[in-house]
Amino acid sequence: MSFGLSRIELETGQPTREAFGEALAAAGSNQDVVVVDGDVNNSTYTNKFAGEHPERFFNVGIAESNLVGIAAGLAACGKIPVAATFSTFLMANAFDQIRMSVAFPNQNVKLVGSHAGISIGEDGPSQMAIEDIALACALPGFTVIVPADGASARAATEAMIEREGPTYLRCGRPATPSLYRDGSAFHVGKANTLREGDDVAIIANGIMVAMALDAAEGLAQEGVRARVLDMHTVKPVDTEAIERAANETGGIVVAEEHLAFGGLGSIVSMVVSERSPSRMAFVDIGDTYATSGRPDELLAQYGLTPDAILDAARRVLKD
Amino acid sequence: MPQARSEDRGRLEEITRRIRRDIVVATTAAASGHPSTSLSMVELVTAIYFGGVLRYDPANPNDPDRDRFILSKGHGAPGLYAVLAEADYFPVEDLTTLRKLGSPLEGHPNMCRLPGVEASTGSLGQGLSIGIGHALSARLDTRDYRVYVMTGDGETEEGQIWEAIMYAGNHKLDNLTLILDHNGWQQTGAVADIQPLEPLTAKFEAFGWATLAIDGHSLDEVIGAFEWATTVADKPQAIVARTVKGKGVALLEEAPGKWHGKPLPADEEARALEEIGAPR
Repeated sequence: MSFGLSRIELETGQPTREAFGEALAAAGSNQDVVVVDGDVNNSTYTNKFAGEHPERFFNVGIAESNLVGIAAGLAACGKIPVAATFSTFLMANAFDQIRMSVAFPNQNVKLVGSHAGISIGEDGPSQMAIEDIALACALPGFTVIVPADGASARAATEAMIEREGPTYLRCGRPATPSLYRDGSAFHVGKANTLREGDDVAIIANGIMVAMALDAAEGLAQEGVRARVLDMHTVKPVDTEAIERAANETGGIVVAEEHLAFGGLGSIVSMVVSERSPSRMAFVDIGDTYATSGRPDELLAQYGLTPDAILDAARRVLKD
Repeated sequence: MPQARSEDRGRLEEITRRIRRDIVVATTAAASGHPSTSLSMVELVTAIYFGGVLRYDPANPNDPDRDRFILSKGHGAPGLYAVLAEADYFPVEDLTTLRKLGSPLEGHPNMCRLPGVEASTGSLGQGLSIGIGHALSARLDTRDYRVYVMTGDGETEEGQIWEAIMYAGNHKLDNLTLILDHNGWQQTGAVADIQPLEPLTAKFEAFGWATLAIDGHSLDEVIGAFEWATTVADKPQAIVARTVKGKGVALLEEAPGKWHGKPLPADEEARALEEIGAPR
């Protein structure tokens, strides 16, 4: 599937957290869905579910370990618990609970981490999850999804609730460009090809997908045809799409709103080096915490821009 | 609704001897495991499974109306496995496969591999939160099963326990009973030397729980405590049971600071079984 999109044409859509919140409220028609939140429901937008299904909504206060344990107990009773708070508080604070109460016994808990990445802005590093994908992928049996826009966040929420198995869904704070229409095909584990090209491949997820499309436009003006993949599912990753990109193009750029270590770049590298060794370059936060600033300033400061992706593509193609 | 098993006093005492024997035999055979922590909880689990407390059916381990018992102090697995075997969840002979490669009787309880195990514990502090999840589910479904969670005393040093205690008290979860196996010892010494817990019952009461302190080796007091728990409305119940680490085996009782996580040497097994009063 090719969308032939350019970011110039894209409208700004909903934040992924808001779309998730709306989709979750709608999913509440399934009586087994229950929601557990840690005092941030007006940030994670689980308040929409709370408004419609108050008897199945549990605000546990600022207690992430207890939040995860309660979700695990609910799952053991056949409920479909959605456990939400800020990504970093969820994954970092409660990692032992996620590991031993959810992942190890393969409990059907849907973890939703909001406010991921540096694009949250002024609140600064203590609220920014920049290593949550690394942590989530280090959980055997987990599915890890990073939707790029509102429509795919909606689809991911529905898919996550429909499927069996522990899942981590990563949402962000700011509004993002709309890439998909509601009802577009979204398959867990299958990357979407948003632009065809055989000179270089750009594999991205989250807010970096729209930037990848921007960079692809810039490359086209230099006569370089870039393939752009939205790799929303980091685990299980679409190894086939990665292998095809490695075989069919001159190299791969991976772009993500995450530390260099342990996220999409690491996962893609493992596939490429094993199946089809290729030139690679990475656009990510590096090995640093961020700081306070406006979202656009922070993205520029920490190298998460279309230009950074363009430069990375040029490096990959250089001899 | 599954039934509770209610044995007479003589039979209950015999069961405590069998469970103590099972604990010693299994951990000695494994040359690994936590016999002393398992021995302090014997009267407690005997009462739960055979003293008319827990409503369960081993033929139907996933019955949605069953009462739940969660061993949050998961290193007491030998004690849990012993009572589950004596309650017919699996053959008693299987107990000697404890901790062996391929056996579902892992070092700490694995809910995916053994019927009757309600939570995969071992990382301390997690079981009470899980129990709250079960208790909330009962409310949602208007089922009247009860949830029993056993913790250790060292385990109450974990912050998550207090997150859970706070929540349960505030939400008046009266279908939730905590049994605190207060044997006074943790891995590196006495609880009183590392992180004194007193005034313990006052702390529970401050968090909105009903509490009862008992002798955890008196079957009368233990059964009475569980009966009391069912009469409490609008508050979760904490039964703080004073116990002896290694109870029943003199070598373990005499030096509780020395034997955490250590099985008996093989040449001590015979004497231990004689003291327990249940030959192999």
